[in-house]
Amino acid sequence: MSVLVYTENWDGKFKKLSFELVSYATGIAKMLNTTVTAVSIGRVDEGELSRLGNYGANKIINVNNEQLAVLDSQAYASVISEISGKENASVIVISNNNTGKAIAPRISVRLKAGVGSGVSRLPLNLNPFTVYKRVCSGSAFAHLVIKSDVKILTLAQNSYDLIETPVNATIENLNPVVDGSLLKTVVKNVQKQSGRILLTDADIVVSGGRGMKSPDNWPPLVELATLLGAATACSRPVSDEGWRPHEEHTGQTGKIIAPNLYIAVGISGATQHLAGISSSKYIVAINSDKDAPIFEAAQYGIVGDAMKVLPKLIEAVKEIKK
Amino acid sequence: MKILVCISNVPDTTTKIKFAEGNTSIDTAGIQWVINPWDELSLTRALELKDDVTSGIKSVTVIHVGTAASEPTIRKALAIGADDAIRVNAISSDAWFVAAQIAEVVKKEQFELIMCGIESSDYNGSIVGGMISEFLGIPSVSAVSDIKIENGQPVLIREIDGGKEVVNVPVPFVAIVQKGIAKEPRIAAMRGIMMARSKPVKLIEPVAVDPMTQVVEFEKPAPRAACKFVDADNPAQLLDLLQNEAKVI
Ligand SMILES: Cc1cc2nc3c(=O)[nH]c(=O)nc-3n(C[C@H](O)[C@H](O)[C@H](O)COP(=O)(O)OP(=O)(O)OC[C@H]3O[C@@H](n4cnc5c(N)ncnc54)[C@H](O)[C@@H]3O)c2cc1C
Repeated sequence: MSVLVYTENWDGKFKKLSFELVSYATGIAKMLNTTVTAVSIGRVDEGELSRLGNYGANKIINVNNEQLAVLDSQAYASVISEISGKENASVIVISNNNTGKAIAPRISVRLKAGVGSGVSRLPLNLNPFTVYKRVCSGSAFAHLVIKSDVKILTLAQNSYDLIETPVNATIENLNPVVDGSLLKTVVKNVQKQSGRILLTDADIVVSGGRGMKSPDNWPPLVELATLLGAATACSRPVSDEGWRPHEEHTGQTGKIIAPNLYIAVGISGATQHLAGISSSKYIVAINSDKDAPIFEAAQYGIVGDAMKVLPKLIEAVKEIKK
Repeated sequence: MKILVCISNVPDTTTKIKFAEGNTSIDTAGIQWVINPWDELSLTRALELKDDVTSGIKSVTVIHVGTAASEPTIRKALAIGADDAIRVNAISSDAWFVAAQIAEVVKKEQFELIMCGIESSDYNGSIVGGMISEFLGIPSVSAVSDIKIENGQPVLIREIDGGKEVVNVPVPFVAIVQKGIAKEPRIAAMRGIMMARSKPVKLIEPVAVDPMTQVVEFEKPAPRAACKFVDADNPAQLLDLLQNEAKVI
């Protein structure tokens, strides 16, 4: 038996979520009294691979195959399912991000394994195997029993702390034969934004709503974000109006994020907006209306005009950064 | 080419969710049911494609796994413009069950493009689309924010971390769509509502499949502590709280 965890890398480095996933898998392995095998697909050097051992991975399977350079969910699912079989995995841990959503359900069908998606805590119970998952877009949580022998859990990003439990990991290189008929996805063109902090990875997010009044009012918000090392986000009407790019839209129909700190400026706090941000550890609201619902979700609030509060806040941040 | 759009029936997104039967089920009293927001956008895009004569799309069918209680949602999809509908007559116990039923239908009736929303707003599973494609052994592309048909071939935009990819994939395949797929959901016009009454809804009995998962209890998130207000003229105090109390900056 083992717990298998699928890690993700970017430009040869593991994404932070990979360490969260391994920490989480290690937590489950402790409950099951078993070991953790991590799978990495893509070009990652040995030094980087061994970092997974810091979070408890006993074995690291390093898959290097040029055919897997492009994410093809069918091919990835077949490779991971095969490894899962060899490692006799009883639990498979995958991120609940776009990649995880693409491959987890396919692995589920291949292995006849039930899926608990968007989990944020260790299983509540092993028998029956019960997980804690987000439902109703964050306004409720469910205790979900998974009845199959093999279970797949997709972990919500930023929801599980990194826990260092160093072990000496063994690295095994694998070059699996990929059935060519499974490789159907052809990527014609890639457009990557560079240099910006990814919204879904950010520890701090500064977000603006319709209360910002005009796209011309964004510079102080962006300046505050830069000073805090934060990503920028917005509410739906703001991206619908074209004031900000669509990638920034958070909420029910946009990105779902869980930063340590979410600063909402001129956002009313509609349920559909909260659906995307309610898992943030701390929420700060800046709003001119003291009765705005966002204050019910926030731990800290400032009632005031954003255009007056932001410059003062920026000065105060500069002061403490000195 | 024929499109199949999978639709889920969910509580209106502004519903204040309550539970019943000792927190083992969602209290459906007074709930307004709607087409899952993603599926509404996916249907909109499917209809836009059909409207464009160069796309070669012949028809748009919606499919729903659910009981007769979700008829109004199916009629709404027909009123918006779907040509016909299929309802698999069963309680949609879990994602596995639903995906298995839809795959079974696709095996018998040919569809080139199967569209699913990235998640349903009630169970937030994000798994039905991927499962359908694996049951059928056909490709799937996830996080799709645009679909075009160029010279009879699908051209998709797939969202990746910090960017986008233009992707080609042969039919038949499953597109799992998200934000961007259509700008605004299409609204049913009076004529559409009238026409929907006479559009065919095919009823199919489910195949025997055991669900893999079951919700045994619901709970509300722990209430957050009351908001601490800081004076607008004293943002330094906010930073002090963030540094020393919350320890997040
Ligand atoms: C199916 C569906 C899905 C949706 N999905 C999303 C989603 O994913 N994300 C999303 O955000 N919304 C979504 N919405 C829309 C949502 O219902 C709200 O309309 C939206 O979140 C409101 O955006 P807002 O807070 O920026 O604007 P408003 O609600 O207009 O709020 C503006 C706020 O700014 C404050 N304000 C005004 N002037 C100032 C000032 N000078 N200084 C400070 N504060 C000021 C006001 O007091 C107010 O609270 C969805 C709606 C539906 C029906």
